[in-house]
Amino acid sequence: MSALDITARSATTTPSPGVRQTAEIAKLIDESKCIGCKACQVACMNWNDLRDEIGTNVGVYDNPNDLTSNSWTVMRFFEVETEPNHLEWLIRKDGCMHCDDPGCLTACPAPGAIVKYSNGIVDFVSENCIGCGYCVAGCPFDVPRISKKDNKAYKCTLCSDRVAVGQAPACAKACPTGAIGFGTKTDMKGYAEKRVGELKERGFKDAGVYDPQGVGGTHVMYVLKHADKPELEGLPRNPEVSPMVSFWKGVTKPIAAAVMGLAVFGGFLHYVTVGPKEVDEADKDRSDSEKEAV
Amino acid sequence: MSESNMVQRYTPNERGNHWIVAVCFVLAACSGLALFHPSFYFLSAVLGGGPWSRILHPFVGVLMFAFFFVIMARFWNLNRINDADRKWMQRVRDVIMNRDEGLPEVGKYNAAQKYLFWTIVVCLWLMLATGLVMWRPYLAEQFPIWLIRISVLVHALAAFVLITGIIVHIYSAIWVKGSLQAMVRGTVTANWAKAHHRAWYREVTGK
Ligand code: HEM
Ligand code: SF4
Repeated sequence: MSALDITARSATTTPSPGVRQTAEIAKLIDESKCIGCKACQVACMNWNDLRDEIGTNVGVYDNPNDLTSNSWTVMRFFEVETEPNHLEWLIRKDGCMHCDDPGCLTACPAPGAIVKYSNGIVDFVSENCIGCGYCVAGCPFDVPRISKKDNKAYKCTLCSDRVAVGQAPACAKACPTGAIGFGTKTDMKGYAEKRVGELKERGFKDAGVYDPQGVGGTHVMYVLKHADKPELEGLPRNPEVSPMVSFWKGVTKPIAAAVMGLAVFGGFLHYVTVGPKEVDEADKDRSDSEKEAV
Repeated sequence: MSESNMVQRYTPNERGNHWIVAVCFVLAACSGLALFHPSFYFLSAVLGGGPWSRILHPFVGVLMFAFFFVIMARFWNLNRINDADRKWMQRVRDVIMNRDEGLPEVGKYNAAQKYLFWTIVVCLWLMLATGLVMWRPYLAEQFPIWLIRISVLVHALAAFVLITGIIVHIYSAIWVKGSLQAMVRGTVTANWAKAHHRAWYREVTGK
């Protein structure tokens, strides 16, 4: 993927190169096909050369039990009662959603530390990262993690290096059941709809696609068995970049920057028009009485 | 100018304290503004680049707060707003236009200086509290994400108010001739004191 394919760049106010448009891609995670084997987690570690610290068992299958700077994807297991006396085991592969309107990129203050490629991948360029953690505050999915080792932010790259040379992400390649699909966003949406139809036939009347529009849609989508209740699996129902973050990063800042600049220039103008306040030191008799009062 | 013509305004201790705060302010403002808006990112060079700015900024900020705390305690009572200040404030346009005749008598600080003092006090407390919440890698992980989101917003707004206030503060020192000397050498001329802070002049000289 060349620099030409970058369509958005953090802390950059001019447009990125945009003459070339590549097809939007997407990863589709079909939860109904996932067996929780974690082959994808292993493939992710393997391809990206990451090894997390050996953790402790917290009593559930989640291992590690959260995303970390070394674990960019984690299988999350949920035991839920969708109807009374009907236990269901839901498994969700957690990781970066590659939002079309990425809150992390909006929040990031370091020029070029987060980029979005024209195919939809959101990537962290770690060498430009300064470790402030603003991306953590910006992400509606609580995905980026700051490494304790180097204070840089990390997350799933959607295997941008593999995709750049026409390969599917490592997780998709490794999945033994075909629960992780990869292709153009249009194809994946079509396939997702088909799967939803099949699930509905099998009795999952609330099955649906998770491609939240609040963040402009995502380049990692889910087929959910209970799409009416995404929070069952820790997914926000209507994710959006927090209004707090939009306000903080929106019009407020250019206006504030302009006011500060104008304050400096205003001072200069005042000095050359009204002039300084001087006291006549030669005025030996500036008496101690109210000479000034007129 | 004879020595007798001079009035002591700040002790060496007060001056040292003020300039430590001032230097910390400049460094905190440069490293903070770098993150505030891309147009200021070049200011990150002042502390040695993006990561160094991020690392040093909170330490500089806390240092600034600590030294400002001393100033705050020292000058708290001198900055109480009274009726004369409200009258003075009504004529602030005249002050700006250098039409100082017949202004109400001013003590050690005029109303504008007092309001600035309280602005700094409020901003710095806000910035300390919110800055601690967003401090990585040490403290931010202890706080929920919603609180961090509020904190970055409040920190940025308070920084904006503070920096704008300090721009006015610095300009005033350039505008009102003779005041810079008060903070550099500690003294002002008697005429300066009479012209700008007559009540204070009478108080310290007994005249
Ligand atoms: C009182 C102690 C202070 C603490 C603990 C503190 C801490 C922080 C932290 C942790 C950040 C996030 C970025 C980073 O890690 O560098 C930050 C940002 C910032 N700080 Fe401070 N700070 C303090 C004082 C100040 C002061 C005195 C100023 C201004 C003169 C200032 C101006 C800023 C600005 C403009 C930002 C960027 C905000 C944004 O990106 O929206 N800070 N501060
Ligand atoms: S899920 Fe979070 S980290 Fe991933 S693109 Fe969206 S905002 Fe950025």
